[in-house]
Amino acid sequence: MSGRSPWYLAYRRLRRNRVALAFGALFVAIVVFVLAAPLWATQVAHTGPTATHTTERVEVDGEKREVVNREGKPIGPLWLGAGGRFFLGADGRLGRDEMVRLMYGGRISIFIGFLSTLLATVLATVLGLLAGYYRGWTDAVISRTLDVIWAFPVTLLAIALGLALAVGGLRIGPLHLSGSSIWIPILILAFVYTPYMARPIRAEVLSLREREFVEAAVAQGAGPLRVMFGELLPNLVSTLIVFFTLGVANLMLLEATLSFLGVGVQPPNTSWGTMIGGGFELISTAPLLTVIPGAMILLTVLSVNVFGEGLRDALDPKSKIRLEAHAGIAEPEGTAV
Amino acid sequence: MGRFVVRRLAGTAIVLFAVSVIVFLIFNVIPESDPAQSMAGKNATPTLVANITEEWGFEDPLPQQYLTMMRKIFTGDLISYEGRENVDERIVEGIPATFSLVVGAAVIWMFFGILFGYLSARKPGGRLDRALMIVSVTGISVPEFWLAAIFLNYLAFKLQLFPTGTYVPFTENPLEWATHLILPWVTLSILYIGFYSRVLRARMLDVMNEDYVRTARAKGLSERRVMTRHVLRNSLAPIVSLFGLDFGALLAGAIVVEYIFNLNGIGLYTFESLINQDLPPVIAVVLFGAFFIVLFNALVDVFYAFLDPRVKLGSEGR
Repeated sequence: MSGRSPWYLAYRRLRRNRVALAFGALFVAIVVFVLAAPLWATQVAHTGPTATHTTERVEVDGEKREVVNREGKPIGPLWLGAGGRFFLGADGRLGRDEMVRLMYGGRISIFIGFLSTLLATVLATVLGLLAGYYRGWTDAVISRTLDVIWAFPVTLLAIALGLALAVGGLRIGPLHLSGSSIWIPILILAFVYTPYMARPIRAEVLSLREREFVEAAVAQGAGPLRVMFGELLPNLVSTLIVFFTLGVANLMLLEATLSFLGVGVQPPNTSWGTMIGGGFELISTAPLLTVIPGAMILLTVLSVNVFGEGLRDALDPKSKIRLEAHAGIAEPEGTAV
Repeated sequence: MGRFVVRRLAGTAIVLFAVSVIVFLIFNVIPESDPAQSMAGKNATPTLVANITEEWGFEDPLPQQYLTMMRKIFTGDLISYEGRENVDERIVEGIPATFSLVVGAAVIWMFFGILFGYLSARKPGGRLDRALMIVSVTGISVPEFWLAAIFLNYLAFKLQLFPTGTYVPFTENPLEWATHLILPWVTLSILYIGFYSRVLRARMLDVMNEDYVRTARAKGLSERRVMTRHVLRNSLAPIVSLFGLDFGALLAGAIVVEYIFNLNGIGLYTFESLINQDLPPVIAVVLFGAFFIVLFNALVDVFYAFLDPRVKLGSEGR
């Protein structure tokens, strides 16, 4: 048993974890499903996610039916009855194709979840490295700032930013973002989540920097940047991978909540959260418009959580913290590291 | 103990100030457009915008603007320009429903979280333990508002197991009060029950290996007494501090749950204001909500220090 890298050992442990692999495969299947959106839209449904069909009729098994009837009730799922058009029915008064919207909405939900987590991870890593490496004043300034954001209930903070920026737009230097840009929810989610990642990363940097390999690097004349990014960062990678998966799960849920409340993804863009918001108004006549997008969120977040749990076990088999990071709390005090 | 409390309260005062500055920045400084325009809402007229600019002093220096905003919120001067209503009055009207919802959910969540955690720690790997594992993972993966909508449609509309309709005050009819709140309570708490029982279970399994537990058994105490008096009691502290953090999520959950179950509280008011893009009520709710959570956490910390005197040292070292 010599010459096996820790990454190879982790890979072997992960391969043995059937449950984690099954959920990983589920996640891949969902991603393939949403990536196929343009294919389905052009080849099968012959419509786009925002195209309305309010006054049209669709032929189902040789019989003409209204997409939206006179009472404003949308047509239910036709499955393949109309050759794949309105597979899941129409989405409401506007008569948009629910299946097409589901696929395009999923792209936005997953894209926002990943990108905002990526931004938060990069930001948190830089802040954690700076605070943990320099300590003293740098640490005090960074940590106290993060503490204040942390004190704020995360959903309320995101809601406040979501409303203020959806109404007012944002300008960062030369970059102008209008209220309906999808970059606004991405930036908000990244911002509110950064403290939850930066705090445990800082704690880990504090303990890593006392180790011999750092001393050795300094003795060889390595400067602060080299130590932080060349020596400390590679040792943080397995922690970062685990935080990343948990972040994607948490931030996808938060995005859904914001969009449901009308302060996340703005029209004409759609996410699964906005679809539930629209569907809920018709819950007693067309419950599937609520059930299906929510089930997609549940399956996606669940697959990320279970696969992430498997990754954590594989990367750090001694770890006792399991799924203790959820909706806001990253690590209960004292169990981190 | 006294010194710890004083220090914790001083820290809390600083955090409250910082939180109020953040709220001010979010609504009046960070967005690109004119705050008076945003504040006026969808039916803004030039006169209204000019009046708001005057009233809120948007041409004053920022510290002055900050003070004006805080004065308006805390003296009950805040007006929603969309509905022409006094915001603080509407918030006070909503307190009974929101308080009933949040406190009830918290009690259910703590009670069952502790009960199930205790039972599953007694039989690790048993049926209950595995079921809780699944509930816990699902609980952190499900959108709360979706679960609420599903419950409402299938349990209240279709099966008619629960009444629909709005909040009934406790003073009017205690039974109706409870039956109308069961479903909202369950929705808000179910997500946390699985997770809390898992945390408690993990902690109890650790504590069971401690020397004092072996000593208690060696003294010949009954198994039940060892588990409740020694193991459970020494495992509760982390749950308490976790509860302080999660209470904030409960307040945010109240926004969606009150909307879906049509409970006439602060959450429903917030929801309507968000959908109408009506800023003043949201500003007030966010500020009061954040203040409440910060104060609540300070109380939890003090309580935690009573439970486990060692944390005093820890928190001063940080």
